[in-house]
Amino acid sequence: MSTTAKTVEAAVNREYEWGFVTDIEADALAPGLNEDIIRLISSKKNEPEFMLEWRLRAYRHWVKMDKGAGEPRWANVTHPPIDYQSIVYYSAPKQSMVPGSLEEVDPKLLQTFEKLGIPLGEQKRLTGVAVDAVFDSVSVATTFKGKLAELGIIFCSFSEAVQHHPDLIETYLGSVVPYTDNFFASLNSAVFTDGSFCYIPKGVRCPMELSTYFRINAAGSGQFERTLIVADEGSYVSYLEGCTAPMRDENQLHAAVVELVALDNAQIKYATIQNWYAGDQEGRGGIYNFVTKRGKCVGRRSKISWTQVETGSAITWKYPSVILQGDDSVGEFHSVALTNNYQQADTGTKMIHIGKNTRSTILSKGISAGHGQNTYRGLVKIQKGATGSRNYTQCDSLLLGQRCGAHTMPYIEVKNTSSQVEHEASTSKIGEDQLFYCTQRGISEEDAVSMIVNGFCREVFKELPMEFAVEAQKLLSVSLEGSIG
Amino acid sequence: MTRTEPMLRVMDLHAKVAGKEILRGIDLEVGAGEVHAIMGPNGSGKSTFAQVLAGRETFEVTKGEVLYQGKDLLALSPEERAVAGIFMAFQYPVEIPGVGNLYFLRTALNALRKRRGEEELDAMDFLALAKERMKLVAMDESFTGRSVNEGFSGGEKKRNEIFQMAVLDPKLAILDETDSGLDIDALRTVASGVNSLRSKDRAMIVITHYQRLLEYIVPDRVHVMGSGRIVRSGGRELALELEQKGYAQVEGRPTVSGRAGGEAAQ
Repeated sequence: MSTTAKTVEAAVNREYEWGFVTDIEADALAPGLNEDIIRLISSKKNEPEFMLEWRLRAYRHWVKMDKGAGEPRWANVTHPPIDYQSIVYYSAPKQSMVPGSLEEVDPKLLQTFEKLGIPLGEQKRLTGVAVDAVFDSVSVATTFKGKLAELGIIFCSFSEAVQHHPDLIETYLGSVVPYTDNFFASLNSAVFTDGSFCYIPKGVRCPMELSTYFRINAAGSGQFERTLIVADEGSYVSYLEGCTAPMRDENQLHAAVVELVALDNAQIKYATIQNWYAGDQEGRGGIYNFVTKRGKCVGRRSKISWTQVETGSAITWKYPSVILQGDDSVGEFHSVALTNNYQQADTGTKMIHIGKNTRSTILSKGISAGHGQNTYRGLVKIQKGATGSRNYTQCDSLLLGQRCGAHTMPYIEVKNTSSQVEHEASTSKIGEDQLFYCTQRGISEEDAVSMIVNGFCREVFKELPMEFAVEAQKLLSVSLEGSIG
Repeated sequence: MTRTEPMLRVMDLHAKVAGKEILRGIDLEVGAGEVHAIMGPNGSGKSTFAQVLAGRETFEVTKGEVLYQGKDLLALSPEERAVAGIFMAFQYPVEIPGVGNLYFLRTALNALRKRRGEEELDAMDFLALAKERMKLVAMDESFTGRSVNEGFSGGEKKRNEIFQMAVLDPKLAILDETDSGLDIDALRTVASGVNSLRSKDRAMIVITHYQRLLEYIVPDRVHVMGSGRIVRSGGRELALELEQKGYAQVEGRPTVSGRAGGEAAQ
């Protein structure tokens, strides 16, 4: 092995610093999935009848799929079969049901989030960012609620929205990702326990970043959350989610659904920094991150942008997509996906052009290291009526080392003659010449690798809100350590 | 009075790449303040020599010794050599997409300063330094916002190398065919940048295929390489002789260097 390879390999063994467990008593259901469990979840959350009905319809659909074809098998990932009866579908830290204020939140929970860099207390909270903190199956706190309410913005946990804004939930729940959409979306629809809800009223520009921080803590449980964001006419919101989990040898399932709705002239920017536990160097443990994210540009000239930095999870299976229904609407997808050790990622997007003169941009940066396998899978579909539409796709892959893989699977369907689609793809390696150029100037190899990779991702990072762009760069460097072999 | 130890002393240096021997016994001494030109035809080993001095791992040193400031240079990694004051201007400067040119240079300078126990420069101080040094090679400011060497013309890349050298302020600068691919105006600019960096404390090894560069950067010594050795050494006039007679004739002559003729030609 060259010294280059050794330097990088030596650096690989840094611990996942978010891998701790909070010792807190949980109110958990027994493992298993059946209609009784779903009724129990719904009753624990004191849901109106329409919610239970919807969950049960989803469950019955899921059972059919489970008995039929089962999980989707087309993705370029492999894992042992998942036993859905052994998963705990509801686990909540024990405390007074819905804390009215932060003072009522268990200090252990506040400490956990503080340790994760998300202080929730009035004094210390992040300025300019409102946070909804989700711990296992429930939201434990949401900051800046009052301040946002003054502008008519609703930002709260999903459970709270079901109680206080059932009309909005009934209108929009499943309007973008129906419960029949796919295996994991159906499962989520049946058993989801919490998540974030956000509504921006007409003409309001949300003055701060909204964010949700997801934390899995309990062992043996899955996390099934649902996020719904509705941007009314002419409004704007920028939203960010982050996620971490303890280090465990078992795999844990995270099957979330995110739905975005943008009405006329509305704009939603949605960013994800996904740092679920990725498993150890031998590929033991880690989160299965099977997520359905989709936005619908319902209105004319509306815009939805997805930006994701995917560095965690044993397996990532997600395709944040945009349905461009309104004329002149715009969809964007910017992605950095990194797989190191034995991580697998099959990720990309779908841009469905329905309205006239709709435009979409896809920018995907895949980085593979160790034994990591990284697949970009994307669909650009331009329907007959979507005349004058355009798509530009750029997929770049960077390989570090000899044992990893990069795969690009673009699907393009264009049903009219006035639209234009461009696709560019590249695969490159960090060259020995690049490393030597850096080291000759005095930069260590480790710093050089990190600098080159960050340079490779720069176009995506610049789409992130400032404070998170810095975070994303650091995360990437940590995730890369020891990655050339 | 004993003669002072030269800054660089190369003794019987052999190196190979992919099993093929490229350097076959180089001897060279370079003192502080001196500018040495190394000339020679393509394939004579000039660039390999430069890269071996800078520590490139693709070349394996099989025999010989290199002392730099009295210490074993070959034991050092490329970045340790950089810390010790060695700089190589690349024949083919490498592109690093997405990494800003100035960001790269500041990272390099601060890495060197840190390793030398000096205080790192903050963004403002660095910018002031960079702007001043940019003038040496007539670089305009649009240069600073671009990624390292990405989309640079051949001439811009070479100027960028000399700019980096001006900022990093090395003790021993190795310029590997810095003149190749330059038109006459760019050549003058680059040469004047190099000349302004000549000093009694700094040594330079200027590798070139053509005599032309040496009209602008006047060397103290000229060496001719052939088949992995220095086959002749002399003063400035040697370059002119080469220009008139070509490499074939010059190489064929007995060498000035004591060692080089020792082994039978292969």
